[in-house]
Amino acid sequence: MTPPVVSVSGLHKRFGDLEVLKGIDMDIDAGEVVVVFGRSGSGKSTFLRCINFLEDPDQGTVEVAGISVSAGLPTRRRRREIRKLRTHCGMVFQQFNLFPQMTVLDNVMEAPLRVKGENASEVRERAIQLLDDVGLADKADQHPIRLSGGQQQRVAIARALAMRPEVMLFDEPTSALDPELIHEVLAVMKRLADAHSTTMIVVTHEMGFAREVANRMCFFHDGVILEQGTPDQMFNSPEQPETRRFLEAVI
Amino acid sequence: MTDPSTREAVPRQRHGLAESVEAASLAIPFRLKVAVVWAVIFGLLAFAFFRSGFDVAWMVDKAPAILKGVWVTILFSVIAITAATILAMLGALGRISKNPIAYGVSGFYTSFFRGTPLIVQLFLWYLALPQLAIGLLPEPYASWFIWPAQVAGVVGIAFNYGAYMTEIFRSGIEAVPHGQTEAADALGMSSGQRMRRIILPQAIRIVIPPTGNEFIAMIKDTALIGLLGTTILWADPFRMAQLTGKADFRNLEALIVAALVYWGLTGIFSFFQRKLEQRMSKGYVRTAVKAG
Repeated sequence: MTPPVVSVSGLHKRFGDLEVLKGIDMDIDAGEVVVVFGRSGSGKSTFLRCINFLEDPDQGTVEVAGISVSAGLPTRRRRREIRKLRTHCGMVFQQFNLFPQMTVLDNVMEAPLRVKGENASEVRERAIQLLDDVGLADKADQHPIRLSGGQQQRVAIARALAMRPEVMLFDEPTSALDPELIHEVLAVMKRLADAHSTTMIVVTHEMGFAREVANRMCFFHDGVILEQGTPDQMFNSPEQPETRRFLEAVI
Repeated sequence: MTDPSTREAVPRQRHGLAESVEAASLAIPFRLKVAVVWAVIFGLLAFAFFRSGFDVAWMVDKAPAILKGVWVTILFSVIAITAATILAMLGALGRISKNPIAYGVSGFYTSFFRGTPLIVQLFLWYLALPQLAIGLLPEPYASWFIWPAQVAGVVGIAFNYGAYMTEIFRSGIEAVPHGQTEAADALGMSSGQRMRRIILPQAIRIVIPPTGNEFIAMIKDTALIGLLGTTILWADPFRMAQLTGKADFRNLEALIVAALVYWGLTGIFSFFQRKLEQRMSKGYVRTAVKAG
């Protein structure tokens, strides 16, 4: 048995008086696609953001690709460990967050060059390949503002992949997109899962995508994973009434 | 009701004088009208000057001496602008720092230097600092802090404007959307890389217009240095105009020349600032702005 790529244990997070995560445990194996879903305020986004410590959890441990970081004070040593862990996580945001002052190509090349200090010509080659994979090779020299939302999100995916991460974290990647642009982003994600067996954790409301691509679905409710299982189990025979109610409402 | 044919028909029916005047006026471009307004202002001023016995010959004679002071202004401005920018960058990093010493020092700096008059600060550097130094330090160290007027003046202007620019830089850094910080963090960047590669390049674009305004104000305020009593060698156009104008009681002529020098300098500066702003908008506007 190979160890899981991502291992989360005992994760707690509170914002002031509100406990958003009340003890989350989750192991994700290589090549697995996990869809995290639930109502807004259920803690699903916070959970995802705790995996790469964009939110600092109050308790618990996250292990990615063998790098284990626990909750604690932001000491120099711990910050360095968090940075190391982050280089193994690709993150895609709802609002894309591309760097507007850089061209599309520079966006993709930035982290491998500056963070990992990789060879420039190799990085360039890989970046162009990645842009080609997401269908945007012809936009390499444009600035992000010139691109549609769907195109920007595909660049953001390429940017995250350029670090050759062990796991890709998607935080509602299609929620800010116009309806007609959603499918081009989902198509890229599906191809990542199918053709490249990328390990993915996806927070999304796109239940069609979940049914088609996910190996596992986790229903978040009030800061806990209320129920999880294969898409078949979740869609056809959910055990919890909350899960059933939510799925009935969104489908 | 909104049928265009009926709307157009109304003015055509009543064809009074007022309408024809208005139509003729509308045909003249706005910019041309503004140019006429400026011409009238200049005409009135020129008329008033000559009625008062404005001595053009004297002005032409003395203008070169006053104009020479422009190099002093430029030198003072370049040094003060450079120093103020460095101070402001340090100050802004202090204002956003989590280090209590950096935060506290920069907080005191902006509070004091923005909260007291520039002219008072100039005299503090020029007259009060030497007293403090002499009271505290043995020779020869004390005399290190007794500065000529032009040094005290440039230092004073740099510290004062550095404090204002600290707040401009701080707000520019904070105006960069938080998503940019998160994207940089998620890619594993260190806080230094994040600042240099992601935040500052975007903040610079935000702070250029207000910073340019500070630079213009600095260019003008270098004239205050003359009030500390600079020597004729270090006289800026204002000091030079005072010296020459007072001697012949030709203050109007002399001060007008000085004013025109500053006006010209700030005009040139504004021109380049606009050009820079156009260049920096790349990546932020969909339609590319072609400079020139």
